Formats: sequence, structure tokens, C-alpha cells
Amino acid sequence: MFVNNDVMNATTKEERHVIQLNDPEHPVILSTEGLHVYYGKKEALFEGDLQFASNQITALIGPSGSGKSTYLRSLNRMNDRIATVTGKIMYRGVDINQPDIDVYEMRRRVGMVFQRPNPFAKSIYDNIAFALRLRGVTDRHQLDEIVETSLKQAALWDQVKDDLNKSALALSGGQAQRLCIARAIAIKPDILLLDEPASALDPVSTGQLEDTLLSLKAHYTIIIVTHNMQQAARISEYTAFFNQGRVLEYDTTSHIFTNPSVQVTSDYVSGNFG
Amino acid sequence: MNSKTQNKVAIGGLYGIAGFVVLILLALLGFILVSGVPQLSWHFLTAPGKAFLKGGGVGVQLFNSFYLLILAMLISFPIALGAAIYLYEYAKDNWLTTTIRTAIEILSSLPSVVVGLFGFLFFVVKLHLGFSILSGAFALTFFNLPLLARSIEDSLRTVSDVQREGGLALGLSRWETVSRVILPAAVPSILTGVILSAGRVFGEAAALIYTAGQSAPALNFADWNPFNISSPLNPMRPAETLAVHIWKINSEGIMPDAKAISSGSSAVLVIAILLFNFAARYLGKRLYKRLTSA
Repeated sequence: MFVNNDVMNATTKEERHVIQLNDPEHPVILSTEGLHVYYGKKEALFEGDLQFASNQITALIGPSGSGKSTYLRSLNRMNDRIATVTGKIMYRGVDINQPDIDVYEMRRRVGMVFQRPNPFAKSIYDNIAFALRLRGVTDRHQLDEIVETSLKQAALWDQVKDDLNKSALALSGGQAQRLCIARAIAIKPDILLLDEPASALDPVSTGQLEDTLLSLKAHYTIIIVTHNMQQAARISEYTAFFNQGRVLEYDTTSHIFTNPSVQVTSDYVSGNFG
Repeated sequence: MNSKTQNKVAIGGLYGIAGFVVLILLALLGFILVSGVPQLSWHFLTAPGKAFLKGGGVGVQLFNSFYLLILAMLISFPIALGAAIYLYEYAKDNWLTTTIRTAIEILSSLPSVVVGLFGFLFFVVKLHLGFSILSGAFALTFFNLPLLARSIEDSLRTVSDVQREGGLALGLSRWETVSRVILPAAVPSILTGVILSAGRVFGEAAALIYTAGQSAPALNFADWNPFNISSPLNPMRPAETLAVHIWKINSEGIMPDAKAISSGSSAVLVIAILLFNFAARYLGKRLYKRLTSA
């Protein structure tokens, strides 16, 4: 790795810089306090204290193995069976990292879209409708409406509206990923977590996906892990920089990319390592 | 020898071995079919057997084979499915899981004649089930369960973990994810495994000799009351299957056309198993295609 002590000592920058949010228009909806994640005995995330503003896009960036995906997956407890997560995850004033939380109900509020598009081996319609049916929405008319709205919000409706009964596995990568977004927002979450959602997509699909995310933030709080720094710069209001299991810097995206307070962040966003 | 020649020799050797295996199969199939197919007729396939005279058929044995197969599958499939789901979807990686897996592996490598003798002592004698279809079906379950559980577990493994995460991320419980997302996606592969194991069960003889018995009393195919002794559906009657029949007439058959009946039965058995195999491939592929692209 490029960063060494000489470089660190040569600067007068801070070692760590994390802002507290204070925007009355976009109150904090989710925050973590003293979050630590262990895989077995190995600690993968040492510290992750972040606040997320509602109806904004927050990007989590950092080199591979920096803990950003681990952090994201902890937010809706997808790490439950894989890792030990300690600390608080406050969602609208409730600590959702407690054993007695109904984790299934919680995940309906905090949805997730993954790196590899994972449509189910069902029709496009059923990919969206079946989770709703399981929750008791059986009225065909209502289901039709939700399917249509979700697909429209995910900017996929025009391409698939005549093929709703076809298998979702026949969709292209970009379409499949937008179907996964439609599926996630159909159950009306508050927060949408995205784990490198564009890394398996071509540039055109990536652009469409970014447009989709920008239009979605009116309704959802979006937290996105990305390897693509231009992507973070294009779509997010806030950016957190992870390195070696720590949040080294958290600030507005423009601050991170134009005048970062921490030297390592500066090295990373200018492409010196990572 | 340079690496190019080495490569050629290696490929040649592998082709030779593969060809040898295919040759053995073709020779076996050819011999069985050539000597057996001329014996086949509607009469042969449907008539009951004759103990001392020529001209008997294998109708009863054929029916018994299918009936036993269905019963054995009805018993073993739900258990195997449950075991596979538990092992792959729920079980933590600890000593208990390892023990269960090892047990399944040992059970699957037990010689079928040992399974048959156990079935005789336990089901036939101890539980007083007698030489019956039910005893045979239980013995076949023991024989089939580990193979089926393994194959279903492999089917579940073919469904990517991102599908499981997808289900959980929608707020589905683990059971909802398994039953609504994973199982439907695994159905083509599970079906293939079931049909292939059906082929093995269909041809099994040793496990049945001491459990389902070696006699095939004539059946009254007009009587479908399972409580009547001559009804084909009665699970408590002794039921010699086709595979057992082949063994029986070759070791102690006293009818004059024993050899012809044995050849004919072998052909029927082999054709049925081939059909199972082709059906497994065909249905599995078709189902997969239907699920993945409409």
C-alpha cells in the first residue's frame, strides 16, 4: 500500500474527521454508535459511528477489505448468522441491533439491493408480488398497482410492461438489477441499502441506475457502497471513507472529494491507492 | 517428450478410457436387449407367472416393482427433503452436523443385502409385518434415504446464496425464503435426483429378497380394496419384484422357459431404468428452461 508513515507525518491533516449532521430538512433517520463487527475472533470493523440523513444519498467508499460492505450489511442485520455485531444501530430512536427486535419486520423497513443482481426464478410480476402476498396483500388490483408503481420508480416499467409473466431470469444484468430495486421498494421501506449495485453492470446500465437512484431519494433514504468514486461524487450528498475497518472521514461529498481533511482520504480519492 | 506430445498422449489415453467405459455399457446393454427383447410381448408383460409350465409372464412382478417404488418414494422423499433442508439451510457447522453427514454417508455405503437382512429382522420378524410390500418399502427407504438426501442437498447447493440473501432482505423468514424462493428454484434439479434414485430403487433386489419376499401370488386386478389379500393395492401381501424375480428364476427356476423369462425380465428392467434416466434428463432440462426463460 502506498500510505506509509513518512507520508502521514509529512502532513498536518487530521487523522480522523467525522461530522455530526444538523440539517432540519433532512433529519437523521439512522445512526450507529460504537459498532464493531467480528468474524469469529477477527475484528472486521473497529469503529463505525455514522449518521444518515433522511431522503439523501450517502456513499460509503474505501479500498477492498476496508469494512464498508461489512458495515452496510450490519445495518439491516444481514450479518446476523455470519458475524457478531456489537454496538447500537438507532433507527428512528429504536436500537435495532437488539435480540428482541423482529428482524424480519425491520428488514421490511430497511431494504437491501446486492452486488450481483439476484432476481428469483419467478416471473417478473411474481418477483415483486410474492413478498407482498406473503404479507397478506392478495387483492389482484392492488398488487397490479404496486407492481406497476415499483417498476416505474425503478425505471423498468416501459421495458417489461408487456412481459410481466415472463421469467425474470431472462432479463439483462441492468434490467435485473432494476427489478431487484423495484422488488425492494415494493414493500415500502424507509431506507434502501445498496451494496455496489452497479459493479456488475455496463456503463450505460450504470448511468440509468444512477438516474434511478437520484429520482428515488425523494421517497427513500439511500445508503450505497461503491468502488466507483465518480459514482459517489455524482449521486451522493454525504460520503464516508472507510479504511482498514475504520471510518476515517465522514462529511459532505463535495468536502471529501475537493478538500478532504484526512490525508489518507486525500490519497484514496486522488487515486494514489485502493 | 515435449509438452505437445505429452498432451496428445494424455488426451489419447483419456479418450481410450472413456471409450472403454462406453464400450462396456454398450456391450452389456446390447447383450441384454438382444437376448431379451425377442421375449417381450403384451402377454409376457401382463400375464401372471407359472411355476412349472412354460408361457408365464411377469405382469405381477412388474406391477409389484412399480407399487413398491411408489410406496418407497412416498416414505423416503419427505424424510430426505426434510433432512436435506435441515442440513443445508439450517444446520450450523458443528460436530452434530458432521455426525449426521457421516451417518448418512455410511448408510449410503451399506451393502444392500445387509439392509435387507436388517429389514428382515426388524420389520418382518420384530414388527410382525411379514414378507410384505410394506416391509420392502421400509427396507428400500433405508436404502434410498441417504442417496436421496444427498442428491437433494446438492440440488439446494446449486441455488446461489445471493438468492437466500435476496429473500431475507425482503423481510422473509428463513423458512419463507427456503420454501418460496430456494425450493422452487431447486425443483428441476431435485426432480432429476428423484427420478435417478427411482431407477436405482426399481432395480434393487438384495434388499427386497428378505423383506418383500420371493413369491408373487396372482392378483385380482379388478379388486382395488387394499384390505383384500388378492388386491394389488394390499400393502401386506408378499410381493416379488422384477429384479428379485430375475435372481429367483436364475437360482431356482424350474419352469422350462426360465432362461427366456429371465432374459425378457432383464430387458424390461433395463428398459425401465433407461427410461427413468432419459426422463430425468428431459424433464429436468425442460423444467429448468421453463423456469429460467419463458
